[in-house]
Amino acid sequence: MTEMKKVTTKNGGWSRRAVLKGGAAAVGAAAGSGVLGAPMIWAQEIKDVTLRQFGTGVSNLNEVAQKVKEDLGFTLEMTALDSDSVTQRAATQPNSFDIADIEYWICKKVWGAGNLQAMDTSKIANYDKIVGIFKSGKLTPESVIAQGTAPHTVGFTEGPGSKTFADTETGWMTLIPTIYNADTLGIRPDLIGRPINNWHELLNPEFQGKASILDISSIGIMDMAMVCESMGEIQYGDKGNMTTEEIDKTIAIFTDAKKRGQFRAFWKSFDESVNFMASGEVVIQSMWSPAITAVKSKGIPCVYQPLEEGYRSWGGGLGLSAALSGIELEAAYEYINWYLSGWVGGFLMRQGYYSAVPETSKEFMTENEWGYWFEGKEAVEPIANPFGDVMAQAGEVRDGGSFYERMGSVACWNAVMDENKYLVRKWNEFIAA
Amino acid sequence: MTDMPLDAAPPAETSQASEVRTLPGWLASWLLVSPLALVLAVFLLIPIAVIVTVSFWGYNEWDFFPDFTFENYEYLLSSSVTWATYLNTLKYVALSWLFTASIGFTAAYFLAFHIRSTVWQVALFLVCTIPFWTSNIIRMISWVPFLGRNGLANQFLQGIGVIDEPLEFLLFSDFAVVLAFVHLYTLFMVVPIFNSMMRIDRSLIEAARDQGASGFQILTNVILPLSKPGLMIGSIFVVTLVMGDFITVRFMSGSQSASVGRIIQNEIALLQYPAAAASAVVLLITVLIMIAVMLRLVDIRKEL
Repeated sequence: MTEMKKVTTKNGGWSRRAVLKGGAAAVGAAAGSGVLGAPMIWAQEIKDVTLRQFGTGVSNLNEVAQKVKEDLGFTLEMTALDSDSVTQRAATQPNSFDIADIEYWICKKVWGAGNLQAMDTSKIANYDKIVGIFKSGKLTPESVIAQGTAPHTVGFTEGPGSKTFADTETGWMTLIPTIYNADTLGIRPDLIGRPINNWHELLNPEFQGKASILDISSIGIMDMAMVCESMGEIQYGDKGNMTTEEIDKTIAIFTDAKKRGQFRAFWKSFDESVNFMASGEVVIQSMWSPAITAVKSKGIPCVYQPLEEGYRSWGGGLGLSAALSGIELEAAYEYINWYLSGWVGGFLMRQGYYSAVPETSKEFMTENEWGYWFEGKEAVEPIANPFGDVMAQAGEVRDGGSFYERMGSVACWNAVMDENKYLVRKWNEFIAA
Repeated sequence: MTDMPLDAAPPAETSQASEVRTLPGWLASWLLVSPLALVLAVFLLIPIAVIVTVSFWGYNEWDFFPDFTFENYEYLLSSSVTWATYLNTLKYVALSWLFTASIGFTAAYFLAFHIRSTVWQVALFLVCTIPFWTSNIIRMISWVPFLGRNGLANQFLQGIGVIDEPLEFLLFSDFAVVLAFVHLYTLFMVVPIFNSMMRIDRSLIEAARDQGASGFQILTNVILPLSKPGLMIGSIFVVTLVMGDFITVRFMSGSQSASVGRIIQNEIALLQYPAAAASAVVLLITVLIMIAVMLRLVDIRKEL
């Protein structure tokens, strides 16, 4: 024991700071070696550029990287992570990426860290064609803006270097919108056997032990709020930015339900939600659209049920690392312009998402596909997704109808609240209850 | 804990060696002890020091920064969630320990005293390790389709007419969590207990029998006391593994139960590193106290 002590005091001789610095330098060197040496790059062709993109699995698809290589010539490295890890990386590891594919609520959380740079909209060719949701906040001039972190509220900043958000279109965007959708409850119509029209059905005693909700506090609380409002128990000022009393009441209702055994389980990953539904453990739960697709592709009936109170919506976009400059920054702009030019949009829309510039995507879809996915028309022949799985037969209509019907009835957007820290603590209480 | 390996390098031997190679005794012992000390310093002491330091830092949505605040600890120790979570985790520890210890002891007893041939002993012992050929996670996840509402267990029970309705408590419940722990960690009991039992001098058992002890008396008065070191080592494994677990509890309870490890995992996911560090420090202290108490009960070094 005494020898041990001597040794440690010796080590104590180097300060902890020095050790940390050494470690950081090593990490920095390792990260730096991934990019080509900065002074050299000016002499290189754009095809030697490598851009590192990370994001959630939704849009981080290898097909996109391949197509970038074909169309633009440079290399795009993709890393897919869950939304918590994405937030973590965007906030704490600015040197680990060039392009961040993140959701708007994550942007609200991490923009203040200063790791992303504002984008000049004059360099975005299709800027004028981006749907209104991401600019004025209105889908159509008559639309009412939904609650929560609506993308346009965190979509603009004052200019390069600014860490705050602007209320209007300033010409400097935080994220270039790429993908979005409207989420609702998924159900097993075969096991329920009656129409479901409201969010409050999630807590209906009829489904005791057969309901589920997602265990991600920032999104789960919104689904809870949709349910509580639908039950008539709580009227929220803003579901996306609750007061502490609203959080307390909401969590209390769900804690009661949990104690009564309403929930079979909670899910955190996409695969869990698919398994719960496919195995019949759960018949009604919060779900994401590709999860519905995954259940359906196993031949099990599953409906993404449109509900009277509307949808909980989310949107994502591409952000540029603050460290990007020179030819790599040019390549990144070129990539973003290409992203909005239609091919990716079509690729995503054929999976049930929406593109930020739908009209360019139309050219990359058949009339049948455009009609089914965007216009809410009956499919005239079977609809397949880009991976070849049949998603719908001729004669079927998309759950929820057309783009304007679905995105027009968004009740709230995924959000980060001012009382987030409080929410997280209450959420832990809910899980521990 | 840390003084055990250091004692394993006895000073007597090193001084002998130094006489032969004419190294001064003090230098030889320093050299012998330094690799382990270095490894422990770099991979154990420094990380723990960093965690303790960060636990006093402040944090916001996207960042954490040097500070000296007790807020993380204040919240942690005053929150009812912490107490409920620790209670729940301790419940898992107690149940898992009870079952792993009784199953582990029985299995080891069978191997050590009922199997006479060494070949068979070794063979059966290896059979016990077969589940370890796959990963922890796979062994755990494979329970899910088995125990589910429409899983094999329910299908079987309904098939033979024991039950009409599927048993819901089989999956996503405390039952499922403890079952998985017992399945995962029983071997950690079997191995050290078996080891202790093999060291029991068989003549002690003969002596007890000659004195007229019944089989049960031999078990409780001879074998159990002499197996205690093994039982204690196994218990340390099980207790520390269950206390620190986050993934088994999450999957087997369907995220419906909390454990200390899950709270820490959540805090890390939400970028609340200082809060996570404070939770980790409290967990570390709790586990160290538990181990200290257990080591009080049996002097492992004396009995090994």
